Amino acid sequence: MHRSLLLKLLSAALVFGAWEIAGRIPISYAFPTFLESMTALARMTFDGTLLQAYAETLKPLVLGVAISALIGIGFGLWIGLSARSEWFFSPIFIVMQAAPLAALIPLLVMAYGIGLTSKVFVVCIMAMPVIVLNTASAVRNTPASLKEMGQSFLANNHQILLKIVIPAASPVIFSGLRLGVSAGFIGAILAELKITPTGVGDIISYSRSIADYPSMYAAIFSIILLAVVFLNLLEKLEDFLFEGNNRGYVSD
Amino acid sequence: MAMSQIDTPFADASMAAPESAVSVRGVSKNYGAVEALKNMSLEFPKGQLTSLLGPSGCGKTTLLKIIAGLIPADSGTIEVGGKAITGPGDDRAFVFQDFALLPWANVLRNVAFGLELRGVAKSEREAIAETYIANVGLAGFEKAFPHELSGGMRQRVGLARALSVDSQVLLLDEPFSAVDEQTRRKFQEDLLSLVENENKTFIFVTHSIEEAVYVSDQIAILLPRPSRVSEIIRPSSFRNKGVENIRRDPEYLDIVDEIWASLRNYVE
Repeated sequence: MHRSLLLKLLSAALVFGAWEIAGRIPISYAFPTFLESMTALARMTFDGTLLQAYAETLKPLVLGVAISALIGIGFGLWIGLSARSEWFFSPIFIVMQAAPLAALIPLLVMAYGIGLTSKVFVVCIMAMPVIVLNTASAVRNTPASLKEMGQSFLANNHQILLKIVIPAASPVIFSGLRLGVSAGFIGAILAELKITPTGVGDIISYSRSIADYPSMYAAIFSIILLAVVFLNLLEKLEDFLFEGNNRGYVSD
Repeated sequence: MAMSQIDTPFADASMAAPESAVSVRGVSKNYGAVEALKNMSLEFPKGQLTSLLGPSGCGKTTLLKIIAGLIPADSGTIEVGGKAITGPGDDRAFVFQDFALLPWANVLRNVAFGLELRGVAKSEREAIAETYIANVGLAGFEKAFPHELSGGMRQRVGLARALSVDSQVLLLDEPFSAVDEQTRRKFQEDLLSLVENENKTFIFVTHSIEEAVYVSDQIAILLPRPSRVSEIIRPSSFRNKGVENIRRDPEYLDIVDEIWASLRNYVE
């Protein structure tokens, strides 16, 4: 346990060290050092700028990720359980996943305006496909013998879904959620850069326009940090819900 | 291969087999063009262990799953305790070849899972499960997860799960094929005492001739293409001589040889 923590810290120190050196050379005048960026981060944290920005950014992010997770897992279960719905729906999500989102944003803006709705859409388009597709393939690959076991011990369809299929699929569903959440963070910032500059996206584009690069990188750093914290929480949730699952399958 | 289909294998053995717990009557099953089972009939005496033995492709697992109600038969009937079955029921419990344990659940929950599905209250089902966990020799492992157990211990969990629902018929699908030789021998001895003490009917699928002869009151030899019951063997003399004497009993050795002689032509 301590060893893994040590390795994590070491890996972080290496990255930040390389950043500091790259900023000091400097590789570009638009690239601040690590310490400059952290100073800017501290300043923005304490004067409330970041807090205000996140109040704005988290709205489409949380809403979009929540919608993607709920609807995504629901659709994924449906697609995984019925071949017909797979033929019907999975092309839609594959197209969504492959679509060049930045190019589609003007269309979304024309349809839904420059408000929250468009931004939530961007987050969903980024986050949902991978959640749906992962859930569907996980459900489809439920070990047949576990389902047979459920049947032979008189489980009804409802119980087989809740007590066998979903827990068995949970590792892959959660890996889809992790990928989806990361994509959702990217979507939220993309929306703020491309639709209307608000929140963290505003800090990024405003500080770039006045050449305050430390603030710009501090904002980018903060969103990455938030994503990492969130992904770790998700992992904790998975551990809590399905304890034995992350230590390998029994039937092999 | 001039062996004919035996429609009533119990014509002469019925005196020794007083009452059937499970009756298979004229069961056929096709997978597309492949005939898995053709007009098969077989009786399983109450309180005894019957093995289904045969080369791969003879339909023994298919027959077991049809009896379990997991696969529907195309024609024919299965009666359990005198009633025709239409699907899985609480009169039968299944032990799986690959154990089929829930990896996210500990031993206690796995063993209690059959009762959980039946809506038995948590404290009650866990009390029952604890009894059977102790019975199969896993006391102290209640909180362990399946991946922390050896193959043999996992199958003990599977066995305890099947015992805890207290069905009259236990269906075992090659339960010891995934465990090592020494564990298997221990299992076979334990199975004999289980048959003696539990007063349940056991149907046991295996591909091991020695194992079938060792544990069975009755052995049904199944042959493939088309699948049929070719012979019923009822070992008579060595069952009560103690587990350690069985393997050198002359009748045991004769039966093993005899079965191999009739099966060898079917093994590729």
